[in-house]
Amino acid sequence: MAVKTGNSRLSRRAAAEHSPVAAARAVAVPHRAAPASPSVIEFRGVEKRYDVGAVGLDEATFSIGRGEWAFLVGSTGSGKSTIMRLLIKELEPTAGSIRVAGRDLGEIERKRVPYYRRNIGVVFQDFKLLPNRTVHDNVAYALQVTGGTRKDIRAKVPDILRLTGLSTKLHNYPDQLSGGEQQRVAIARAFVNHPPLLLADEPTGNLDPETSIGIMQLLYRINRAGTTVLVATHDNSMVDKMRRRVIELSQGRIVRDEATGSYVRDESTREFAARLRSDLPDGSLGA
Amino acid sequence: MRLSFFTREATRALRRNAAPSFAALATILLTMLVIGVFIPIVQATTGAANDVRKRVLVDVYLTRDAKQSDVARVRAQLLETPNVKRVEFVSKQTAYQQQRQKDPEAFALLGANPLPDTFRVTPEDPDDVLKIASALAPEAAGGGNTPIDRSIDEVRTRRDDTTKILQVTRFVKLMAGTLAALLIAASVFLIANTIRLSLYARRREVEVMKLVGATDWFIRWPFVIEGIIVGALGTLLAILLLAVGKIAIIDPLASDFSLISAPDTMPFTVLIAVMMAAGIAISAVGSGLSLRRFLRV
Repeated sequence: MAVKTGNSRLSRRAAAEHSPVAAARAVAVPHRAAPASPSVIEFRGVEKRYDVGAVGLDEATFSIGRGEWAFLVGSTGSGKSTIMRLLIKELEPTAGSIRVAGRDLGEIERKRVPYYRRNIGVVFQDFKLLPNRTVHDNVAYALQVTGGTRKDIRAKVPDILRLTGLSTKLHNYPDQLSGGEQQRVAIARAFVNHPPLLLADEPTGNLDPETSIGIMQLLYRINRAGTTVLVATHDNSMVDKMRRRVIELSQGRIVRDEATGSYVRDESTREFAARLRSDLPDGSLGA
Repeated sequence: MRLSFFTREATRALRRNAAPSFAALATILLTMLVIGVFIPIVQATTGAANDVRKRVLVDVYLTRDAKQSDVARVRAQLLETPNVKRVEFVSKQTAYQQQRQKDPEAFALLGANPLPDTFRVTPEDPDDVLKIASALAPEAAGGGNTPIDRSIDEVRTRRDDTTKILQVTRFVKLMAGTLAALLIAASVFLIANTIRLSLYARRREVEVMKLVGATDWFIRWPFVIEGIIVGALGTLLAILLLAVGKIAIIDPLASDFSLISAPDTMPFTVLIAVMMAAGIAISAVGSGLSLRRFLRV
């Protein structure tokens, strides 16, 4: 048994060396540099039909470059979540191909899926935290999964919790936290391995506008560190204010793919938040 | 290092889910207790039934004038008959002495020895005892039986007794076997169900683990270790209760009650080992297997 675990740890390390994480760190392109960086996500004619006959996604083709920020918008059932679930290989497309960091998802065997998922941070509307673990242990679990040592954990977890503003909540359990705080824990967990790609499925769906801005600010900070961020949302006012690339879906089809408004390329997190707040419609702050 | 991590995860889960863990523990305790009581009972009953079956014999009475050479010839013939396990010769004198001991007055009245030489034939399989009888004394055309040797006077199987004994013991063994099989099946289902319930309560947790990129075995090991701990604890408690019962109730009775001290019952240490292995294996494999459903994310 000792030999077996030793082997798996070795192979895991070997896998990590070739992972997009390592690649991203080696290149370390700040997103404000050349926009022509290779795409992190590439959908080519992707189609997903569910067994019952419903169409999840129809002929979707788009690509998202390294360090880019993109919104997926559309009403419920338009295919946003399908794209997210396809990206974490929870679903298989019925046609077309998906590439993430140059790797064809169709070629990843079922057994290798966990190793693939470690290169993607995922944030959900319902946070999906482990209820039996403290904030610290929830974040540490993402490291333990990859075979992270105690030293690793001691080094990385406090850092990421400071970044997400949770240093004082280390030993709280998820049910002792507010929604915004729980989402911050989820983001900390998603980002602790510094994945090159972060997916957020309705990250602010359960939160009030002010808290939402905080969460968006946090995601923006992560994005500025070079991580590609893909956010699915139906919060249109937020999307309008962010002035980022928007991919709009309707009944599984991409109906719009453009950068809304003046695409502010370089902006500090503080400026970013200030702009979001100033643009808030009257009353929503006070309410 | 890995193992210690998984063990810590398992104990954490046990502490945090005290109620379902306790339910699983109690289930294993009870089923193991019932099995632990039942195994010796089944063994004692089948043992007793087998003892009774061993008493099924064929008596071959020789004619009163059979000589030493006749006896030797008949013995050889008997040994050649199929399905014969053992042939025991009881001479006139031995038979006379045995019977006289039982009923001295009656034999004192008789004076002379009226008993013939006898062979007691033990069959290989008690079910075939009647075949031996008909092989030694095939039915004659006009009714009645003709022995195969002129020195054989009569072949007796106590037919009625024999069939009764065979039927009853067969039924007892069948009942014991069926009950044991049903009981074991019921315990496996019960334990599997308890495990599944406690896993179902944590299926969201498993889902989250998968999303973070945990491999199946990384998720599974803590559950298996948890199963081992619960199985071992439950069985240990069951064994303790059994030991108390054995010392307090069975041992004092064993000297007076032959069924309990039946020779075929397995020793207590072996019983403990079997129960321990079964308890741990069922709950560990059970939790590992039940988890499969929830790992498909």
